[in-house]
Amino acid sequence: MAVTQVRRPSPAHRPAPAKVPVSRWRLWVYHFDTKRVPYLLIAPFFLLFAVFGLFPIVFNGIVALRHWRLDDPTLTGWAGFTNFERLLTDDDFWNALVNTFGIFLLSTVPQLLLALIIANLLNRRLRTTTWWRIGVLLPYVTPVAASTLLFAVFFARDGGMANWILSLVGIGGDEPIDWRADKWSSWIAIATMVNWKWIGYNALLYLAAMQSIPRDVYDAAAVDGAGPWRQLWQITVPMIQPVVIFTVVLSTIGGLQLYTEPMLFDENPAAASGGSDGQYQTIAQLIYQVGWKDLNLGYAAAMSWALFLIILVVAALNALATNRLGGGRR
Amino acid sequence: MSTVANRAPQETRGTWRTYLGLGAVMVLSAFPLYWMFVIATSTDEAVSAIPPTVLPGGELVTNLREVFTLQEVYFAASLINSVIVAGVVTASTLFFCSLAGFAFAKLRFRARNALMVVVILTLTVPNQLGVVALYILMGKLGWNGTLTAVIVPTLVSAFGVFYMRQFIQHAVPDELIESARMDGALTFRIYWSIILPAIRPALAVLGLLTFVATWNDFQWPLITLNGTEFPTSMVALSDLASGNYVIYRRVLAGAFVATVPLLVLLLIGGRQIVRGIMEGAVKS
Repeated sequence: MAVTQVRRPSPAHRPAPAKVPVSRWRLWVYHFDTKRVPYLLIAPFFLLFAVFGLFPIVFNGIVALRHWRLDDPTLTGWAGFTNFERLLTDDDFWNALVNTFGIFLLSTVPQLLLALIIANLLNRRLRTTTWWRIGVLLPYVTPVAASTLLFAVFFARDGGMANWILSLVGIGGDEPIDWRADKWSSWIAIATMVNWKWIGYNALLYLAAMQSIPRDVYDAAAVDGAGPWRQLWQITVPMIQPVVIFTVVLSTIGGLQLYTEPMLFDENPAAASGGSDGQYQTIAQLIYQVGWKDLNLGYAAAMSWALFLIILVVAALNALATNRLGGGRR
Repeated sequence: MSTVANRAPQETRGTWRTYLGLGAVMVLSAFPLYWMFVIATSTDEAVSAIPPTVLPGGELVTNLREVFTLQEVYFAASLINSVIVAGVVTASTLFFCSLAGFAFAKLRFRARNALMVVVILTLTVPNQLGVVALYILMGKLGWNGTLTAVIVPTLVSAFGVFYMRQFIQHAVPDELIESARMDGALTFRIYWSIILPAIRPALAVLGLLTFVATWNDFQWPLITLNGTEFPTSMVALSDLASGNYVIYRRVLAGAFVATVPLLVLLLIGGRQIVRGIMEGAVKS
């Protein structure tokens, strides 16, 4: 048939391996394929990261040293360290720093403790194992913007469910808590949102680590008859210490950049002021306000750098502290 | 008592107390979502009623109609924009991360390990802090206010490269790749016909995690898209909640609509999402 004839043009025409030019071409292809192509495969990641990840952070440092305003393009030039100097005496910055750390503590500590306890509950032989795990992930897949708007209703002063629940146990009653009005109450409200969102996720991280603990580790504890509670704190938690450190670092990085919750908890999110008097304005939110409401990008960039350094230091300190608390094994 | 304690927890059958505790966790996880739905279906009076309404009302259609017809919010368009952004980012993340993961797992090249360390280090860079400079950069490129500005920075992720590398290392035997090379297959051919079919489960996991994260992204989309006619659904939600007086049944109807796609994903892909999170934990 015609087709077979076309497909097999006669073996004699095929270049024999000994033929020099073709062989060189093949050699080149082989060489290119093994020596160059691997770099081509990883290039997209490094290119994109360099342009949109690394460059902005470095360039931020330059912007921070310049006058850079969105409303006045003529005001340019080097500003030296004026932006950084201004930071040191800026009450808004220190207020936001205090808020950020307050909310961070109120959210991280209960979050990780409760995650440990829930992971311990999940770390049993259960019916419908997977469904419990999927269930704890409901908050994780819920958009922060959506859940924050719900919590904004939940923490309403009048007719909010939080105040109603508290009134059932005799708190508030005639004088309902105005959650947005004070530092302590707004911090608790925002920390509740963060906790709700991340407890389940962290519980699964802990569960994964718990399940890889060798079973015989628990034999020794059985001898001195440790109950489940002591088992958790004396065996399980020390055994999963690396993951605990990992989650502490993760929640430090995330918690210090908290943005969506304080933004949308506000009755007027567009202002980005974090409450009438900045009671719950976080640094990430202040950066947004300075950059895109006050239109002072240079100063916002300086704040970003300050926050970057703070995150580095705190993450390192937290990792160290967690390591030390767990007995300092390295 | 002591017989129970003698065993590793993961070998111990859950008691009624375990189930009671987990049941409480489930209620607390699900309740805000349920209540979001209740408010989305209610009237204004029901939103702040004391004691609170606990059953859905009949106003869902009314509320949704209001959300979708609000002039300056572009809610319908925002949902389409979110699908485009999350879809493109997911597809590209899967492609580029599996390519790079394949190279790091199976190919030999100089500085491979050093470069892999760089990838892992970039995981810890809080890139939210570069937003000021990113905004200036996007301004120079002329992309601010367009979906391109949201899509391009997230086309590939360090976590994805790392996750793919781990998976490919174990999922594909070296001999298979060697014998394909003997037959004259080029690297990309090996990727296409050997690697890709073998890593489908990992692609599902990474795809779901990426889609969820991209859909939920808020800060950068808000900065670059705010005030334009191309918001993502999260930006549109913040528009819904801004203004002189906010109508919460409407806000939460919008929030509910923007959440439903992810709940559907969790329902059909929950197993994969759980796996992705747990595997990421043990390996890192």
